[in-house]
Amino acid sequence: MTLSISLTVNGVRQDLAIDDPRVTLLDLLRDRLTLTGTKKGCDRGQCGACTVLVDGRRVNSCLSLALSLDGAEVLTIEGLAKGDALDPVQQAFIAHDGFQCGFCTPGQIMSAVGLLNEGETGDDPERIREGMSGNLCRCGAYAGIAEAVSTARRLRDETARPLRDEDETRRIA
Amino acid sequence: MNLFDYVRPASVAEAVAAATEPGAAYLAAGTNLLDLMKLGAARPQRLVDITRLPGLDTIEALEDGGYRVGAMVRNADLARHPGFAAAFPAVAEALLSGASAQLRNMATVGGNLMQQTRCAYFHDTAAACNRRAPGTGCDAAGGENRTHAVLGWSPSCIATHPSDFCVALAALDAMVEIEGPFGRRKLALEEFHLLPGTTPERTTVLAPGEMVTALLLPPAAAGFRANARYLKLRERTSFAFALVSAAAALQLSGGRITAARIAMGGVAAKPWRARAAEEVLEGEAPERAAFERAAEAALSEAAPSGDNAFKIALAKRVVTRALSMAAAGTPARMPALPGSAFATDNGSSADE
Ligand SMILES: Cc1cc2nc3c(=O)[nH]c(=O)nc-3n(C[C@H](O)[C@H](O)[C@H](O)COP(=O)(O)OP(=O)(O)OC[C@H]3O[C@@H](n4cnc5c(N)ncnc54)[C@H](O)[C@@H]3O)c2cc1C
Ligand code: SF4
Ligand code: FES
Ligand code: FES
Repeated sequence: MTLSISLTVNGVRQDLAIDDPRVTLLDLLRDRLTLTGTKKGCDRGQCGACTVLVDGRRVNSCLSLALSLDGAEVLTIEGLAKGDALDPVQQAFIAHDGFQCGFCTPGQIMSAVGLLNEGETGDDPERIREGMSGNLCRCGAYAGIAEAVSTARRLRDETARPLRDEDETRRIA
Repeated sequence: MNLFDYVRPASVAEAVAAATEPGAAYLAAGTNLLDLMKLGAARPQRLVDITRLPGLDTIEALEDGGYRVGAMVRNADLARHPGFAAAFPAVAEALLSGASAQLRNMATVGGNLMQQTRCAYFHDTAAACNRRAPGTGCDAAGGENRTHAVLGWSPSCIATHPSDFCVALAALDAMVEIEGPFGRRKLALEEFHLLPGTTPERTTVLAPGEMVTALLLPPAAAGFRANARYLKLRERTSFAFALVSAAAALQLSGGRITAARIAMGGVAAKPWRARAAEEVLEGEAPERAAFERAAEAALSEAAPSGDNAFKIALAKRVVTRALSMAAAGTPARMPALPGSAFATDNGSSADE
């Protein structure tokens, strides 16, 4: 039985025939759409490496059945930058060394984007750490990650819109 | 994962009809069901996707002061709903102490009630497990069981129910609304989950095809809003299941406790309402000595089911601490680490 769904992935509409109902959003992104920026760590909701935004909310793509998401908008790490202009969260991760091997990083960054959209942490490091607890980092880059999220939040707040242009890139670096 | 049919009904009636067939299971967010299916611990032949059903995703303030919450409301949305969180702060705190932000964005109210135990042998299809495969035995009995039940367990199964949300709901007399092949019924959440007895495979009262459609919070539950907390002890600060947890809610007047509500999590196959402990507190001054007596009463029937006697002592301390946090007052803002004993900002200044 083949069912078809449509998803908007990083702004591009995709009409997809699903011939196996078992496919998760994570496997669809990586294997069908070759968007391999989203990582598979545990495949069980426990590590956050597979975090993407679905309809603007951060979720674990490994526990999302693709068929169930018919009509959804998906944003992955590949869709975050605008051309060569990195998102402020990406810029802040670079500025603060928020990674070592980089495996968890796409999930960390998408989770941080979701966290900032939720807008509940203020500048409280404890609230930021708690809000990011669904993303594990085996390299233990947590200190840099927490600082990066805090910086990205301040930059967003100052401009009340995502930072995009080169001046702002320079200011963070 | 086994192959299955996927159906997406357009109404509750169609969904009930599709799910009454043997081998069918409802699919909500899938955060528990897909996980179990990947392990082979759940093998449904048909998934009935209920995420799009109309009318199940609303949070309604009722005229009498109660709330009605649709089964498809996401855990994060309920915890963030200003009216609901203000009326039932311990429920919001319990929700926010559970899982991760990503999982809470997905997980539904109905799915949270229906989630299965985290017993490792239940997950492992090579293990004997009466709950997953009736009659095969219980590998937890002589195995890794330090996190297992200390109340209400039986020789056939010593597993616990892992929900935080349900603990606060049980304390506050929440009701569950159910729709099924034989119509609609309502019952207390306290009656919804079953103790294992000799049939641990039956985890709730739901009959085949029955669906949870809503939760109801009675108006009286909002009467505890000024003094209600959830405390959850876990093996790391965040993103871990409860070792032991407690919801505590008090009504205070003239320096006395006029009403108390207490339930515990991580101790049994269902959220454990501690009525004997509530009775101990009525008419008492809200002080540590009374809280300790209440905690003794709450655990008076507890017995270890393995290497877990420590959970009995821990549960007494958690109940005592949750009561003193509740007596100190619901914090004006959700604590930085919801349900945590370790937050620097936990709003519990009266807690030594
Ligand atoms: C890594 C991890 C950590 C977690 N930590 C916590 C925690 O700390 N605290 C906590 O409380 N929970 C925790 N959870 C569990 C999580 O809360 C549940 O997985 C979630 O609530 C299930 O909701 P769902 O919508 O995804 O349900 P699903 O997975 O879709 O369904 C679960 C079960 O409920 C049935 N079902 C779903 N909806 C209905 C309905 N309306 N009527 C009848 N049956 C229905 C399904 O058939 C299935 O059997 C954790 C989960 C993971 C993966
Ligand atoms: S405790 Fe219950 S769930 Fe765990 S192995 Fe025994 S029967 Fe199965
Ligand atoms: S791969 Fe999804 S949470 Fe680990
Ligand atoms: S940077 Fe290596 S796992 Fe996080």
